[in-house]
Amino acid sequence: MSENKLPETIIFRIRRLAPRRADKPTWGEYPVAYSPGMTVLDGLWQIKERVDSTLAWRASCRMGVCGSCGMFINGRSRLGCNTQIAELGTSVVTVAPLPNFPIIRDLVPDLRPMFDHHTALSPFIIRKDTAEMQEPTGEFFQSADEMERYLQFSYCIKCGCCVAACPTCATDSTYSGPMALTQAHRYNSDTRDDGFETRKEVLTGGAGPWRCHFAGECSRVCPKGVDPGKAIQLMKRQLVADYLGLRRKDPVAQINVKPEGIKRREGIPEAPEPSVEP
Amino acid sequence: MPEIREHPNRLGIRGWLGGGRWGPDRYLYSLHRLTGLGLLTYFVLHILLTSSRALGQGAWEQSMARVSGPIFLVGEYLVFVAFAFHAINGVRLALAELGFGVGKPIEPIYPYKTVVDVQRPWIATVLVLTGILILVGALDFFVWH
Amino acid sequence: MIRDHKLWTWHIAAGLLILCLLGLHMAIMHLDALLGIFNPAGGHPIDWQNVAARSQSLFFLVSYVLLLGAALFHGFYGLRNILFELDPAAPMKKSISWVLILIGLGLFIVGGWAAWTSFQGAIVA
Repeated sequence: MSENKLPETIIFRIRRLAPRRADKPTWGEYPVAYSPGMTVLDGLWQIKERVDSTLAWRASCRMGVCGSCGMFINGRSRLGCNTQIAELGTSVVTVAPLPNFPIIRDLVPDLRPMFDHHTALSPFIIRKDTAEMQEPTGEFFQSADEMERYLQFSYCIKCGCCVAACPTCATDSTYSGPMALTQAHRYNSDTRDDGFETRKEVLTGGAGPWRCHFAGECSRVCPKGVDPGKAIQLMKRQLVADYLGLRRKDPVAQINVKPEGIKRREGIPEAPEPSVEP
Repeated sequence: MPEIREHPNRLGIRGWLGGGRWGPDRYLYSLHRLTGLGLLTYFVLHILLTSSRALGQGAWEQSMARVSGPIFLVGEYLVFVAFAFHAINGVRLALAELGFGVGKPIEPIYPYKTVVDVQRPWIATVLVLTGILILVGALDFFVWH
Repeated sequence: MIRDHKLWTWHIAAGLLILCLLGLHMAIMHLDALLGIFNPAGGHPIDWQNVAARSQSLFFLVSYVLLLGAALFHGFYGLRNILFELDPAAPMKKSISWVLILIGLGLFIVGGWAAWTSFQGAIVA
């Protein structure tokens, strides 16, 4: 909680650009009436309503779960809805579009390069039993320990802050980026998945984790604690182990089948008859 | 999708030097890269210069005389410093990038404990060990000779 | 072309080998006042007598050639990474790889020749 109270009017410095009309971005300064608890996104809405209605940005849930409002705020890639103005500690809020993505307009980045890398890494369960995948007969068994191996990486909201913070993504367009690699690792670590060999074709090349040099910025800026840096290093370990023939190939998760011929233990009552028609 | 006109927004090489506020890992990444390039440059020249020992004592002493001024002494000390940092940080990177010392996947509970937090004591160790080597090297270069 | 995951694994392995061998080299050259190892003639490590003594030792021949190879591979793979990260076009990437391989091989031949020739007793000009 900041001890210093912010003034009643603070300034938002926003990088503006309308590519159809101008080639170079400009900086606009906008006054915002501040009240405690305001987020950067609240400030942007106020500017749009009262000062300049041409300001453009992406936002949706305004509570940190959709991943739309990634922006470069006071020198760091963050979500606009998740950033309290008070936590910035200054009365000048500088907002720029997320770095390392082309700008469509003002604060709107084009996230397609990130999603293209994501798609190339097959971010879905791949299995050989296609009949079961098309017509499921039951659930796949997965223990709580097995789920913990990938659960953290499944919290990704695809906001792009990690890609914006990555030094390799600052120059290299063929590198997949932290988001795509973390999602590839999320599926490689999922015991229900059998697609390691498919993803390996992409991961052993220049799009793989080999251009990551562990700057750690992706993990620092991730608003959901997904820790992409950790996922990428664990992925390197898995790929090197596979290269050296040391990777443990666990069997893929199977349908959870109730064992037959099991008798109910003494003293445990049967379930009551259903009172509602199935 | 209507045709949109876009403006490029990659940070470029500036992004290698810091895309905003830095964490300690990011400083170390930049320094590791710089020291690597410096060491490689020195190494190529070093191979060419020290190959003169194959041509006998005269050629060797001539080569050594060429690189004996105070500027070269300071330059060589900087190479030693670069090696000390690059090697010790390199060990940390080799271990971390093979999955040692990065932590296990956990349920993220705010405030999130990430790989950066797990690595912090190792980074401190790297800096302390590098500092010790730099001091000992300085003594050898400038005091004991 | 060899895939990146293999090159990277060897890059790390080479790095750890360099740690040992270059560490020894640095200890001989720059920690001589403290440790005084492998300088049989005393004085400076780069005095001819010390250099000749090391050059004619089989241990140093092998370790220098190993260090040369490992360091050239490690350094040039690192440089290749940096150059590739500058996002050149695909044909340019191939050219960069070949140029670096050729320069690396050339330097290895020069350094290897020097190590071998001085092992046998230097050519006296």
